[in-house]
Amino acid sequence: MALSIRIIPCLDVTDGRVVKGVNFTDLVDAGDPVEMASLYNAEGADELTFLDISASSSDREMTLDVVRKTAEQVFIPLTVGGGIRTVEDVDRLLRAGADKVSINTSAIARPELIAEIADRFGSQVLVISIDARRARTESGFEVTTHGGRQSAGLDALAWVEKACTLGAGEILLNSMDADGTRAGYDIGMITAVRAISKVPLIASGGAGSLEDFAAALDAGADALLAASVFHFGVHRISDVKKYLSAQGYSIRTNTAV
Amino acid sequence: MIAILDYGSGNLRSAQRAFERSGAKVVVTSDRDVALNAAGLVVPGVGAFAACMRGLIKVGGDEIVRARVAQQRPTLGICVGMQIFFRDGDEHTNGELHKGVGVWQESVSKMKAPILPHMGWNTVSITGESNLFNGLNDQSFYFVHSYAAKAPVGAAQAWTTHGEKFLSAVEDGAICATQFHPEKSGDAGLALIKNWVAML
Repeated sequence: MALSIRIIPCLDVTDGRVVKGVNFTDLVDAGDPVEMASLYNAEGADELTFLDISASSSDREMTLDVVRKTAEQVFIPLTVGGGIRTVEDVDRLLRAGADKVSINTSAIARPELIAEIADRFGSQVLVISIDARRARTESGFEVTTHGGRQSAGLDALAWVEKACTLGAGEILLNSMDADGTRAGYDIGMITAVRAISKVPLIASGGAGSLEDFAAALDAGADALLAASVFHFGVHRISDVKKYLSAQGYSIRTNTAV
Repeated sequence: MIAILDYGSGNLRSAQRAFERSGAKVVVTSDRDVALNAAGLVVPGVGAFAACMRGLIKVGGDEIVRARVAQQRPTLGICVGMQIFFRDGDEHTNGELHKGVGVWQESVSKMKAPILPHMGWNTVSITGESNLFNGLNDQSFYFVHSYAAKAPVGAAQAWTTHGEKFLSAVEDGAICATQFHPEKSGDAGLALIKNWVAML
């Protein structure tokens, strides 16, 4: 057996609650992060990602509490992203129980932050999240900010290389063109990033059909992150893993122990 | 009582909760006497080999581990906590090796694999008579590391392959270690922790 591919549901968190149209029929309270984390864990999620979308610092304090409660009850890896600007922000999250943090805009604004975090906590805690889209740059892909609405003025592949050199432990590649379309991952983009990076690659954006997940793995993704297809029950994580297993991919199939 | 050694490495509260699931009483401590006398001592570890060793030495953890080995008191190293039980490691060195606690006279070195860190869930294959993996032969565990030991030590071993075959767990009398994180390995990890607690 080899290292399994990972399926990672992503949950938006603010004010101590999970938000953004989560639609589970079997949940009493769809907004409770621990309850949702437990449910995804039971369905076979290989990791969990929380994206802190808080508007205020008091909301961010609540997110620490969410991380704390989740990490004390659900024993699978937890990544937290959103609003991380300093090494101290990372320290607080790790102390609360996060295993990894993901940074995006703050690394674009100040790339040294990558090295600062990697030096203090090790590369393995650091996911560099990149919102990229097709554009007329050298590689044909550019980095965006503000949810894909603005160009960051960076070539996406050049940014991946720089982030890896500075100490990124993992790349989370979000296709802003594919995001929310459920028309499939941007396979060309995944292939291009895989070719130049030697750290694990998480693909995100565009997951719709079961075949989409397999196509992203074929393009070289090590892990697949998705939000709406899981939240809205389009696919259950267990069904995705069952499909991928039947297609010959190595997946984690822990039996009840 | 189980003591989780606090030497400034990693988040210990979720580890504490995971070990508490076994039903045992668990304390997080850097107190020498508590760590020496606990029925079981857990040495966690996140970050670089040298940084962990520095932190460990600061709280006298190297001496505590050696004393527990000499008395054959149950001790469990996790991830870098496993690696520092070895003689030395070459993480971020220019040829010079960082010294470990030296429970086992082998080295920890960088893994030869196309993609590092080795991050995610992988399986184990057991050699020897294992108590730790009792009932868990076919399970996956969560790994995050770029360095590993590759030579067998102890009476029973678990092996995993990522680019090359490496030592993913050791059982050597009262001294056990796992390269993966049982406290992050879901139900399989909790079951392994339970197996370890049953050995105390």
